[in-house]
Amino acid sequence: MDIKSIFQKSMAAIFTDHPYIEDFLTSFGLLPTPSNETLEHYFANLDPDMLEDLGISAEQLQQSFNDFLQGMLAISDPMDKVKSLTIIGGHDKSGKQENLELTLNPGEIICIVGPTGSGKSRLLGDIEWVAQGDTPTKRKILINDQVPDSKWRFSTEHKLVAQLSQNMNFVMDLSAEEFIRMHAESRLVTDPEEKVTQILQQANELAGEQFSPDTPVTSLSGGQSRALMIADMAILSKSPIALIDEIENAGIDRKKALALLVKEEKIILMATHDPILALMGDRRLVIKNGGIDKIIESSEAERKNLVSLEELDNKLLALRNRIRTGDTLENI
Amino acid sequence: MRFLTISGPPSSGKTSVILRVIEALQAKQKKIGVVKFDCLLTDDDKLYAQKGVLVKKGLSGALCPDHYFVSNIEACVTWGHENNCEYLISESAGLCNRCSPHIKEITAVCVIDNLSGIGTPKKIGPMLKSADIVIITKGDIVSQAEREVFASRVKQVNPGAIIMNVNGITGQGAFELTSLFETASDIETLKGKVLRFSMPSALCSYCLGETRIGEEYQTGNIRKMEI
Repeated sequence: MDIKSIFQKSMAAIFTDHPYIEDFLTSFGLLPTPSNETLEHYFANLDPDMLEDLGISAEQLQQSFNDFLQGMLAISDPMDKVKSLTIIGGHDKSGKQENLELTLNPGEIICIVGPTGSGKSRLLGDIEWVAQGDTPTKRKILINDQVPDSKWRFSTEHKLVAQLSQNMNFVMDLSAEEFIRMHAESRLVTDPEEKVTQILQQANELAGEQFSPDTPVTSLSGGQSRALMIADMAILSKSPIALIDEIENAGIDRKKALALLVKEEKIILMATHDPILALMGDRRLVIKNGGIDKIIESSEAERKNLVSLEELDNKLLALRNRIRTGDTLENI
Repeated sequence: MRFLTISGPPSSGKTSVILRVIEALQAKQKKIGVVKFDCLLTDDDKLYAQKGVLVKKGLSGALCPDHYFVSNIEACVTWGHENNCEYLISESAGLCNRCSPHIKEITAVCVIDNLSGIGTPKKIGPMLKSADIVIITKGDIVSQAEREVFASRVKQVNPGAIIMNVNGITGQGAFELTSLFETASDIETLKGKVLRFSMPSALCSYCLGETRIGEEYQTGNIRKMEI
């Protein structure tokens, strides 16, 4: 798409071909109509007094519009594929060197463990900021073995990390279906309806209890909300890294949730102390005093124990269901 | 002295974000001054004083806070400079959404929160639309999808700005924001500077204290609705 040619289009053509330009104009309080007037002419003929009332100058509106168009061109660019993420160690709070170079690949699950305040957030912060020795830990982050483009730091379209935590809630006054559609539209995906169907179906598979497309997102249960957030993150979010903070008691099928994210080729970082989730991970980073203290690979023996842990978990789950249905626990 | 204007709707988290940045700057032994503008009352100056930074508080009382800000900011900058501040931060609340506190060539920051609703970015005028840096707060309690939608709405009305998520409680993002403060506008005085956009205007009988309702009491700059 060429910017100059857009200015020569009629407003009617703009409305059909570039609906986001209409959105842009209306978000400044303008009321464009689909006439034969060219876009260039439309801008040139805006009444300065009206613009003053809308709180913008013609000059600034033009500048914002150019920035906006450039952003739109960038959003349709394919995002650089992240094939690997490398953490080059810095030091902990006492200055002790981490001495490590750790490469993470898409589809890998890495657990981050350590007490509150140990430095988990700083590690995740370093990744999100693609630190280059310019954070308190002095860590360096490489993407595809190279010092990454600084666009990762500030781009809203190309965010490196998408986050999910126990504290998150939906606050928008929309149904599940409308909500996904709005998210899809903001990402300019080609077929929003297809994404809506896909995400609703996945979310319902992950959630313990089913919900319909017209349920307001604010009335979803904790488990349903988490399920919708994960399905949306897997399918609609472009961020190559998924950061999950404590989903232990979320009331969703955790195994399926992780499998979905793995299938979408995300690098999954998960802060957790749940033994089952921790053993599902390929590696565990142990954080102590602000630094990565050690890296534990999930061993064969641990994997074997995972089977019995899951049995134990299923037993508890069955008991929980009995409580839910009004049963007693005299015989377990 | 690096000087920045920080503004945003009431309760969007301006003070919390500034406090986190102050901590990061103090870790680098920087001397900081803050000017807090408010309307009727504020205790935020005490929070700043606790951090050991120099504070000036200005309450606009019965005046338009924006006009009060612009008629005092030059003296505040001189005050910061005379006190050898390396950073001076002015914090002011945008109370009517038409506020226009940003100055040309002075780094302008707007703080806005995820909970304010997706219609909010387009409702805010020059305070948001002409800012260089937009900080979005309270991202820890809303879903990732809502964050993305909200950020895209901000981007729509201010596509040229740097948009960042900062958490005023945990400090997530504050270190990164601080690195932007380190390249903020470096000045000694505001002499000769101009606002980025005109402030909301009014010059009518009610500005001068009229309280009676009725055509006969309305003089000056009056505008009527179409009914």
